[in-house]
Amino acid sequence: MSQHFLDQFLFVALPYVCLFTFFLMTIYRYRMQSFSYSSLSSQFLENKHHFWAVVPFHYGILVITAGHLLAFAIPRSLLAWNSVPWRLYVLEISALAFGILTLIGLVGIVVRRLGNSKVRMVTTPTDWILFAMLLAQTVSGVCIALFYPWGSSWFATNMSPYLWSIVKLSPEVSFVAAMPHLVKLHVVLAFLTIGFFPFTRLVHILVIPNPYLWRKTQVVRWYGRKHSP
Amino acid sequence: MNIRSQVSMVFHLDKCIGCHTCSVACKNIWTDRKGADYMWWNNVETKPGTGYPTQWEDQEQYHGGWEKKDDQPIHIKSTGKARVVPNIFHNPYMPSMDDYYEPWTYDYQNLFNAEEGPDQPIAKPISMVTGEDIKIEAGPNWDDDLGGSQIYAANDPNLAGLSDQQRLQLSSVERLVMFYLPRICNHCLNPCCVASCPSGALYKRGEDGIVLIDQKKCRAWRSCVAACPYKKTYFNWFTGKSEKCILCFPRLEAGEAPACFHSCVGRIRYLGVLLYDADRLEEVANLPDDQLVEGHRSLILNPHDPEIIRKAQSAGIPDGVIESAQQSPVYKFVMDWKIALPPHIEYRTLPMLFYVPPMSPVIANFEDGLASHAMKNLFHGIDESRIPMQYFANLFGGGHEGVVRYAMGKQLAVRWHRRAETVGDVDDSRQVFTRGGLFD
Repeated sequence: MSQHFLDQFLFVALPYVCLFTFFLMTIYRYRMQSFSYSSLSSQFLENKHHFWAVVPFHYGILVITAGHLLAFAIPRSLLAWNSVPWRLYVLEISALAFGILTLIGLVGIVVRRLGNSKVRMVTTPTDWILFAMLLAQTVSGVCIALFYPWGSSWFATNMSPYLWSIVKLSPEVSFVAAMPHLVKLHVVLAFLTIGFFPFTRLVHILVIPNPYLWRKTQVVRWYGRKHSP
Repeated sequence: MNIRSQVSMVFHLDKCIGCHTCSVACKNIWTDRKGADYMWWNNVETKPGTGYPTQWEDQEQYHGGWEKKDDQPIHIKSTGKARVVPNIFHNPYMPSMDDYYEPWTYDYQNLFNAEEGPDQPIAKPISMVTGEDIKIEAGPNWDDDLGGSQIYAANDPNLAGLSDQQRLQLSSVERLVMFYLPRICNHCLNPCCVASCPSGALYKRGEDGIVLIDQKKCRAWRSCVAACPYKKTYFNWFTGKSEKCILCFPRLEAGEAPACFHSCVGRIRYLGVLLYDADRLEEVANLPDDQLVEGHRSLILNPHDPEIIRKAQSAGIPDGVIESAQQSPVYKFVMDWKIALPPHIEYRTLPMLFYVPPMSPVIANFEDGLASHAMKNLFHGIDESRIPMQYFANLFGGGHEGVVRYAMGKQLAVRWHRRAETVGDVDDSRQVFTRGGLFD
């Protein structure tokens, strides 16, 4: 297969297949199997190492994901921020730090699930595949941050236009075609993770409890009345 | 006034023999499933004792219930609104399976399949979580009947405030005493579990006040498990959903009593409707500690009052429910006789399960080394009770003795009265009781 076709497959066909799967299956699962939407916490079974694995991972991945989304959404503002060297350094070092935090947490999660027989019982094959994908993704991300500086800038100039071209349904492969293999791997894994998303425990991201902060303290449901008084 | 009805409960501890039939009935119907195997929606504890999960009453450890600091309004002691988001990945006050016990079964197949050998084959205990061999070190009734034990009963959080002398007496062989505390969900008026749920999966049914968990909305954030001070919401480790006592609502709706009530050998359980004023919940939940029991009672409305009946009807409460409230045994126990008290009212969840505190055993007096049944002292006064009043006050009076003393005194008076009626060798005139300081 020529390089051209490979790029077309990995950066045009695959993203659309994954995104289509993501939207279709996420909605389908929410409508048909809403019972299965759960964070499936294992804190009850193992509470000693839980904190040191789960908390670094979640705070790390949240910040990293938010950073990627920001660079995707507002690339110009990001470039403007990076135009002053010390601001670029602060951003890059923070990103790397949170990347490493994610990695530490993820390794902790895998070790904990492997090491504790109770938690192992509630870990499915799907979970192991997901952990492998996330581990590869995090390692590649940290390596990119280390070996291909300054990611925050070239993401804004190259990756953001590519992602927007996907969104706008006129894919421009040229933005990623010239990227190093490690970056290509990271992009492909990202789309695969998105496609795999609705089949995994990751769906709990979509049910974060935002109404809690605004709702009334107590909840009452009336069966005989249409509206609660 | 916002009148609502609540299916409420009274457990008469003076009649409980600790047979666990209720627990078994509940287990067989509701929690005989993978992931729920360690749950006992209904459990029976020996008191003094540590209970299930171990020392659940120690809120310094579990951080359950509502907390009131000075003049501030009450807040959830574990993770309230401000702290739930940063703590959502790891709940700092989540109990773990070690606090309950690891469920086990036995390898019965080995009895049939074992190789022929010099020894009898045994059925080894195996974990119901992992299937591996297990050394059983805890169970749901681990300290059953171990009142007086230095390892278990001595760690009962309700012993707080008792003198060393009193503690010593509770564990000395000849004065050993214990009673049973059957527990289910209290279906509270101010449920901490409901208030803490980030997903809004927990709710109180408007019509009958039963507190339920919507299994489709529960996302395993585990806040309810940490928040319930009675530890009556449980985390199903297999499905990743929390579960709790549902007061057998499918049975209730079909006109049957909940299974634990239905199966109770001693008939200690009473079920009845109470009408209450939902508008005053917040005010009462914020009262000072020593006013909580009375305040809780003041929420409950008199179903015989024509004004209340009229308001209840206009609030949409069906006539049948009002009629049930008028016949409610719970109303008699809690409001007419005032001998049923809420457990640990200081958690401020306003529980709707009330307990009649148990009388200590009737003892003979010893005269010249012989047991004497002379009636003048046979029924000792409540202050000479083997279980100190302070203990019951910690359990049923929010730490305050007054309401408990009244409930105990009234029961003692009934005993005297019945003795006077049936045997006729005691004086049950009012002076007997006023002399003992029971009544004014």
